[in-house]
Amino acid sequence: MTGREARMGSVKVIHYLNQFFGQIGGEDKAGIPPQLKEGSTPVGQLIQKESSNRFEVVRTIICGDNYAAEHLEEVASVVLKWVEEIRPDLFLAGPAFAAGRYGMACGVMCKTVQQKLGIPALTAMHPSNPGVDSARKEIYIIETGDSTLDMKRVIPKMIALSQKILDKASIGMSQEEGYLPRGVRINVRAEKRGSKRAVEMLLKKLRGEPFETELPLPQFDKVMPAPPVTDLANALIALVTEGGIVPKGNPDRIEAHNASKYCKYFIGNINDLTGEDYQTAHGGYDPVYANDDPDRVLPLDAARLLEKEGVFAKLYDYYYMTVGNVTAVASAARYGREIGELLLKDGVHGVILTST
Amino acid sequence: MNELLLRRVRVHDVVFGEKTEISDHVLRMNQEEVVRYLLEDRRLKSVEIKIARPGEKKRIIPVKDVLEPRAKLGGTLTTFPGFFDSAEPVGTGITYVLDGVAVVTCGKLVNFQEGLIDMSGPGAEFSLFSKKLNVVLVMEPKENLGKHEHEEAVRVAGIKAASYLGLAGTMAACDEEISFPIATLVELEDSYRGLPKVIYVDMVIAQGLLHDNYIYGINAQGSLPVLLSPTELMDGAIVSGNCAAPCHKNTTYHQQNNPIVEDLLAEHGKTLSFLAVIAMPVCTSLLDKERICTQVLKLAKFLGAQGAIVSEDGGGNPEADLMMLARLFEKEDIKTVLVTDEYAGRDGASQGLADVTPEADAIVTNGNGNQYVILPPMEETIGHLEAIDVITGGHTGSLRPDGWIEMEIAGIMGSTVEVGSENLKTIAV
Repeated sequence: MTGREARMGSVKVIHYLNQFFGQIGGEDKAGIPPQLKEGSTPVGQLIQKESSNRFEVVRTIICGDNYAAEHLEEVASVVLKWVEEIRPDLFLAGPAFAAGRYGMACGVMCKTVQQKLGIPALTAMHPSNPGVDSARKEIYIIETGDSTLDMKRVIPKMIALSQKILDKASIGMSQEEGYLPRGVRINVRAEKRGSKRAVEMLLKKLRGEPFETELPLPQFDKVMPAPPVTDLANALIALVTEGGIVPKGNPDRIEAHNASKYCKYFIGNINDLTGEDYQTAHGGYDPVYANDDPDRVLPLDAARLLEKEGVFAKLYDYYYMTVGNVTAVASAARYGREIGELLLKDGVHGVILTST
Repeated sequence: MNELLLRRVRVHDVVFGEKTEISDHVLRMNQEEVVRYLLEDRRLKSVEIKIARPGEKKRIIPVKDVLEPRAKLGGTLTTFPGFFDSAEPVGTGITYVLDGVAVVTCGKLVNFQEGLIDMSGPGAEFSLFSKKLNVVLVMEPKENLGKHEHEEAVRVAGIKAASYLGLAGTMAACDEEISFPIATLVELEDSYRGLPKVIYVDMVIAQGLLHDNYIYGINAQGSLPVLLSPTELMDGAIVSGNCAAPCHKNTTYHQQNNPIVEDLLAEHGKTLSFLAVIAMPVCTSLLDKERICTQVLKLAKFLGAQGAIVSEDGGGNPEADLMMLARLFEKEDIKTVLVTDEYAGRDGASQGLADVTPEADAIVTNGNGNQYVILPPMEETIGHLEAIDVITGGHTGSLRPDGWIEMEIAGIMGSTVEVGSENLKTIAV
């Protein structure tokens, strides 16, 4: 223990939170722009307490989840400006647990502050949070459970790792320190040469004993294309997109990243999508052209034309949509399977699936 | 029962002398005689011999290949068969090894894939060649010599020098003799019934200039897989003309001292029965890859293999072969371990292999070739230092004005060698 560690308030912290943890409100306040607040919130106070008041949260930045998701770059530059003025020792965000929009904001804010200002930054979230992939390579993210119940366990881990980073102490492996593996592979020296390790691994494999590959590989599913629709002229065709086209205002609040659901909307009485009634909710591409003419992503106008020409018999009265933006493969596979089953049940013969 | 007797002559120093001989663990070398011998090849304009010892402040660049001096005692067999006077199958009889010595071929760059060996400093941590007494052949080609002829001339010179020095070993007292019995499949079955039957598939790149290997003197391009006994590798049945990135080029030295062969032999008769080595050419086209992989599978099934270790040579497209073979083997229930390295980017954040397959569930990695290192200047450069800016692993500006070198370890000979001679690996953090 150094004397410095024991001093109260020796580590000045700026803390980033969403509207909920910032005690401004729930989903109804998700649209609020970033605001800077003196001092701490209850989460910040917990950080102070768990650090025996070595950490002092001097400012708290609060931003609505939707606002951050929709204006990520703008929020990052505002945060950067505020942090640069105060020049804290440390920037903390969250914990965000499994909240996707919040996690994304935490990851991006931390990454930006650390990269642009050289101020150590750290956050915490659940491994499935899409925010993990936005920043895992650049910053440390402490692993959390999927709900706030895990708060008391996580905060001390955030403090401990932050202190190590501040002290420039050597950081242990992910399991020891409690952070999510960064997806970064580093060279190390093994006890035995590669050939020996290979022989030992083979012997284990031959004996049916557990063995551990040194290089886990990503696995790619092979999706076989469906057979072509044989009688197109008599076919019922549906439109489906992962491009995020929703009725104006996003009534079902589908997320801009890592969508938690898919939605179904009626288009039986519409021939053309316009920017007045429809928009994109997708956070992964430049929305200007889709918002200008949503047919660019969900080609309803063209489909109606083909329907009229008799290329196919009828366009299905609804379309299914989701947001395919850093969406976990497992959820995407489920949405696809379920949408497919629902369409089959309604007698749909073919689907035009658009992607962005 | 047939056998190979490997006699090791330990060499503690190499010096120039009047007669090429070994006494008191010192290799004396008649420089003029070696130079004259090598210059019999009219394609070479000049040959200079340099000695680089471990710990010296010397840097060797650009390196094409490394070979261990070995020679056969008596009889008609020769090491590196198929190049000169004999192409008879090797792997039996008596072989002398100059333990501690390596022949390094160097000189004007043939192509970008050549590498660097540092004899001290941080660069020396990455290569077993930094711990050898290196006899460096600095060879300059005649004007206007084509690249293929140039490559062949320096490759052949390496073989000549390694054989010539090996011959001096046959007249010296050996320090260690190891017997490697060679058994027929029937004998193996009788002796080691009940032990899992294992093969080693040694991928050898066969893709053109500085991407070729030679099996019994034949370019592996156009060859089907070749069945070898482990001892044939020890006698130089595979010669490398390959430099597919210095870090993961399996040099001739690595093949002569193939550690997978050594470590399988160490378990042979105890926990497994090591049947054979299959040298597997790695070509570029899909048809070739399918042709070769299915032929390897055919041989493996014919041998009754239950397990296999497969080592890669080079990186990128050879990973398609590696994964294809894993798929074929595992489908036939031949338990497979792949030995490779990675190009995971300087930050280690990229996917390190160009191809993957779910069957490849047991992989040994020999490190990330993209690791960035900064190497101090040396007192002497053997070869051409400026080559650092163009070789694999280097880049324009690698040679800094202050004499330091910035590069990826991809440029260091054998740093991530895929037969597993080193102990580098990666972990995810």
